[in-house]
Amino acid sequence: MAKQYETVIGLEVHVELATKTKIFCGCSTAFGGAPNTHTCPVCTGMPGSLPVLNKQVVEYAAAVGLATNCSITQYCKFDRKNYFYPDNPQNYQISQLYLPICRNGHVEIETENGKKQVRIHEIHMEEDAGKLIHDEWDDCSLVDFNRSGVPLIEIVSEPDMRSAEEVIAYLEKLRLIIQYLGASDCKLQEGSMRADVNLSVREVGSETFGTRTETKNLNSFKAIARAIENERERQIDLIEDGKAVIQETRRWDDAKEYSYAMRSKEDAQDYRYFPEPDLVPIVISDEWLDTIRNQQPEFRDEKMKRYKEEFDIPEYDISIITASKHMADLFEEAVALGSNPKKVSNWLMVETLRLMKDRSIEAEDLKFSAANLAKLIALTESKTINSSVAKEVFEVMFDENIDPDQYVEAKGLKTVNDEGALRSVIETILTENPQSVADYKAGKVKAIGFLTGQTMKAMKGKADPSEINRILMELLQ
Amino acid sequence: MANIISDETIDYVGILAKLELSDEEKERAKKDMGNMLDYIDKLNELNTEGVEPMSHVFPVTNCFREDIVTNGDDREAMLQNAPDHKQGSYKVPRTVN
Amino acid sequence: MDITQLTALELGKKIRQREISVREAVLASQKKISEQEDSLHCYITLNTEAALMQADQIQKKIDDKTLTSPLAGVPVAIKDNICTKDILTTCASKILSNFIPPYSAEAYQNLEKQGAILLGKTNMDEFAMGSTTETSAFGVTKNPRDPNRVPGGSSGGSCAAVAADECFYALGSDTGGSIRQPSSFCGVTGIKPTYGTVSRYGLVAYGSSLDQIGPIAKDVTDCAVILEAIASYDPKDSTSVKRDSYDFTAGLVNDVKGLKIGLPNDYFGDGLDSEVKASILAAAKTLEAQGAILEEFDLGLVDYAIPAYYTIASAEASSNLARFDGVKYGYRTDDAEELHHMYKKSRSEGFGPEVKRRIMLGSFVLSSGYYDAYYLKALRTKALIKQAFDNAFDKYDIILGPAAPTTAPKFGELVSDPIKMYLSDIYTISTNLAGLPGISIPCGNDHAGLPIGVQMLAKCFDEKTLIRAAYSFEQTKERR
Ligand SMILES: [Mg+2]
Ligand SMILES: [Zn+2]
Repeated sequence: MAKQYETVIGLEVHVELATKTKIFCGCSTAFGGAPNTHTCPVCTGMPGSLPVLNKQVVEYAAAVGLATNCSITQYCKFDRKNYFYPDNPQNYQISQLYLPICRNGHVEIETENGKKQVRIHEIHMEEDAGKLIHDEWDDCSLVDFNRSGVPLIEIVSEPDMRSAEEVIAYLEKLRLIIQYLGASDCKLQEGSMRADVNLSVREVGSETFGTRTETKNLNSFKAIARAIENERERQIDLIEDGKAVIQETRRWDDAKEYSYAMRSKEDAQDYRYFPEPDLVPIVISDEWLDTIRNQQPEFRDEKMKRYKEEFDIPEYDISIITASKHMADLFEEAVALGSNPKKVSNWLMVETLRLMKDRSIEAEDLKFSAANLAKLIALTESKTINSSVAKEVFEVMFDENIDPDQYVEAKGLKTVNDEGALRSVIETILTENPQSVADYKAGKVKAIGFLTGQTMKAMKGKADPSEINRILMELLQ
Repeated sequence: MANIISDETIDYVGILAKLELSDEEKERAKKDMGNMLDYIDKLNELNTEGVEPMSHVFPVTNCFREDIVTNGDDREAMLQNAPDHKQGSYKVPRTVN
Repeated sequence: MDITQLTALELGKKIRQREISVREAVLASQKKISEQEDSLHCYITLNTEAALMQADQIQKKIDDKTLTSPLAGVPVAIKDNICTKDILTTCASKILSNFIPPYSAEAYQNLEKQGAILLGKTNMDEFAMGSTTETSAFGVTKNPRDPNRVPGGSSGGSCAAVAADECFYALGSDTGGSIRQPSSFCGVTGIKPTYGTVSRYGLVAYGSSLDQIGPIAKDVTDCAVILEAIASYDPKDSTSVKRDSYDFTAGLVNDVKGLKIGLPNDYFGDGLDSEVKASILAAAKTLEAQGAILEEFDLGLVDYAIPAYYTIASAEASSNLARFDGVKYGYRTDDAEELHHMYKKSRSEGFGPEVKRRIMLGSFVLSSGYYDAYYLKALRTKALIKQAFDNAFDKYDIILGPAAPTTAPKFGELVSDPIKMYLSDIYTISTNLAGLPGISIPCGNDHAGLPIGVQMLAKCFDEKTLIRAAYSFEQTKERR
C-alpha cells in the first residue's frame, strides 16, 4: 500500500515597508528611478559611511507585531549578517538575529477545512539588497543600488501550514493586516511582499520533521502554489527512491515550473552574525508602545461587524469591500460625504469589480477618489444624468479619476429636462415608425422598447428613460 | 601549541573572507592563526560566568532619523570610483548562468 | 625664525596678528616637507597646490574677520584613513590606492570650518592594522628622532610629521593605541578621546566599537584646542555621544593639588624597559611634587586585554573590510572571469599580509561553532575590563603609566613577530575596550636620546581632568 505523506510548511515573508526613505539613510524609496539615482555613501557601502535608523521602520514593525499578536521586544538590537554578493554593497546585511523586534505571535486563517492558527516565530527588521540586471550582450551583470537599504520586515512563521491553500490563506491574512496598517502595499508582483517557502514532508502520523528545503523567488500566489506542489513531489520521489532530501536553498523558475538548488562551493552558509557596532540598541518604552497600539486601525473583522450593524447592505458585499483596506476606505469616505451606502456598495460591487477584472488591477490600485464617486452618485440621484451615462462617466473616472461634475458639464451629458423638446422628438419618432405604433396598438407591448430606444438615440442618450416612457404612453393612448 | 589549524579550516576561512592564499601563505596563515588562537585561549583562564557580553561601552540607546528624504540624485559622485560601470550601474562579472 | 617650529596656537596667533601670512606658513611647511620627505616619508599624498589656493581664501576670511578661530590658517596633516572630499584617501592600502571620496569626514569638516589648511594625507599601517607603520603598502615612515627606527603606529605618519615640523598638528586615529604609542615613539603629544566624542563618520572603519579620531600636536594646549575643534555630536554617527560639555580648553589649568593619581602595578612589571620605567616614575614624582597624591594599585586583567582586543577588533575588521571587493570602488584585479574569482583575486592582491591575517582571524572567531567560545568570551572580558577601570576611577582621578613598553624599535623588530607586535600595545589597548580618554606626552629620553611618553588616563568624559594633569606636568618641563 502506498505511503501517505504530510507536507509541513513554514514561511519567511519579506515585506517592504511604506516609508519615504531608506532604513539607514535619507535616500528616497520611490519605485522606478533610473539606476543608482537614489543612492548615497551609506546605501552604496562607501568606506567611512555610517547607518542611522529610520524611526518609522521601528513603528511599522512594532505595529505589525501588535496586529499579529506578537510580544514586542522592548530592548532590541541589530546584527550583521555577513555574506558576499554584488547586490549587497557592504557585503553584510544589517538585520536582527539575537533580539528581533517581535516574537511569538499568531494569526488565524480560514480555509475550506475551517479555522486554524498559524504561529509567528518572529518578525525582524532588515535592509533590502540592490537589484542585479543581467546584460546578455556584454556577458556581465549590472548593479543598481536604488533598492539597497529599503526597509524590510521579515515575518518568520512556525512550520504550521500543511497545504498550498493554507499558505495562501496565511499570506492573504498577513497582507490584509499590513495593508490595513498602512505599513506596506504588499504587492507580490512588484516584490513589496515576497515569500520564501520552507517545506518538508513526513509520513502521516510521524512526530518528527523531515529535512526541509527553502524555495525562493516566488512572485505570485500561483507560483507559490505550484512550487509547493512541485517541491512536495520532488521530496516524496527522493524518499520513495531511498534517497536523502538535502537541506538547501532552491530557486523557483516560474517559466519552467521547476526549482533548482542554489549550491556553490563559494557559498558557505555561515553568516557570522554579530551585534552591529555602528547602531545602538532600541528601547521601546511602554508609553511609545501604547502610542503605537492606540494608532492601530480598525481591522477587517471589527469593520465587518460594524458594517453589519450600521449599513443595510448584503453580507457578501461587506466581505468583498472589507477585503481591501483601500476599498473599505472608499466606501466609508463616500458614505461620510452623504452618499447612500447601498448605492456606494452597488458601484463598488458591480462596475468597480467589473473594470478591475477587465483592466486586471487590484483594489489597492484603484485610482478614483471617494469624493468623485460621491459626486457621481449625486448626479444620478438628482437625475442630472441617466444610468447609462453614469456608467460611461464612471469608466472614465475609474481610469483617470476625472471630476464627474466637470466632465458631465464639459461633454454636455446632462439629461435634457425640456419636456417640449422631448415631446416633439417622440412625435417625430412615432411618425417615422408607423409599423411599431401599429404593433403596439395590436398588443405587442415589446414595441415600446424599440420606440424608447429610438428616442434615446435621437436624444444622444441624454434623456431620462422614465420621462420618455411617460410621454410615449400618453401619445399612444 | 594546542590549536592546530587544518588545511580545510584555512580553505574554509578563505571562502568566508574571500581571500585566496598561495601555498606558502597558507602555511604561514596556519601557523599564525594557531599561535593567535593559543594566545586568545588565555581568556579561558578567566571566569566570565554571569557576565553580559558588552558590545557597546555606553548605554546609549534610540538614535533615530525622521523619515524625511534628504538626499537627491548623487549618482555621478557615487559612480566616480567604480572600477567598471555601464548605463549608470556598477558592472560585475555575470552572477548567473 | 623657523616658522615650522611654532606650535599650532603660536602660529595661529601670529597669523591673526598679521606677523605671518597663511601663504608663508604653508610655504614654510612645504619647504620642510620637500627637504625631508625623501628620507622620512611621512605623507602618502601631498595637497601642494590646493593648499596654496586654500591659503589665499582663508587669508581673506581672516583679514575680513569672518574667521577668528585660533586654528585659522594653520596647516594640518590628516591620517589617510580619514576621508577628505576629492582628495585621495588610501588607508595605506593597495585596495584603496585610487579611492577619491566624494565626502569628507565630519572631524575634518569641523577643522575646515575653523580655517585649517590641508597639507596632505599621512602614512599609516594599512587600515590602521599595525604598530609601526611598516604594514603600509606605500613604504615605511622613519622616526624623525632616529631614521633607523620606526615611528610607531598606526598613526606613524601623523606623529612623525608633527615631530619633524612637517605640519603644525595632525589628526590620527586610535583603535588600540594608534595615537598614543607613536606619539610616545616620536616625542609628540596625542589624545585619544572618550569613545563617541569625535564623530566616526568618514573614518574608514577598522574596529567600529573601538575607533576614535584624535589630535596629535606639539603640546597639550594645542591638543586641547584641536580636540575642541573636532569634537561634536554628529547625528550621522549613531554612536556619537551628546556630551554635556565640549569645553576642553577649560582643562588648561596648572594645578594638580589634591589630584589622586593611581599607578597600576600591572603597568610596571616584566616587559617594561627599565629606562622607560624610570622616566615614567620620575614623571609621577614631578606631579607629586606639584601636590598630586600618588598611590600604587592593582588594576588587574591586563594580560587579558590583548587577546580580547584582537578577537573583537579582528571580528569587526573582517566585516568592515568585506566591502572592499572590487565592485564599487578601489582596486579590481585585471583577470577575473567569474564573480567569486574576482572577489578573491581583488582582495588577495589588494590587501597586505597583516590585514589578511586579521581578516582571517576575525572570520574564524565569528564562524559557526566558534562565536561563543571566542567572540562572546571576548565581549564578556571587555565588560570585566571596563568594570576594573570603573572601580579604579572610583578611587583615582588619573591613572598614570607608560604609553609603550620600550622606546621606538628598529625596523623589522616588531613586524616580524605578530604576537610581539601586539604586545607592544599592552598599555594602551584596554583603554579602547573601556572607551576611556587617554593622552601621551613626552616625559624624557632614553640613553640613545629616543623619546619616552607618559600615558595618563581619565574616566570617560573627563578629558578636562586629563588635560589638566597633562598640562600641569608639561608646565614643569622646559620647552624644547
Ligand atoms: Mg532575512
Ligand atoms: Zn542612501
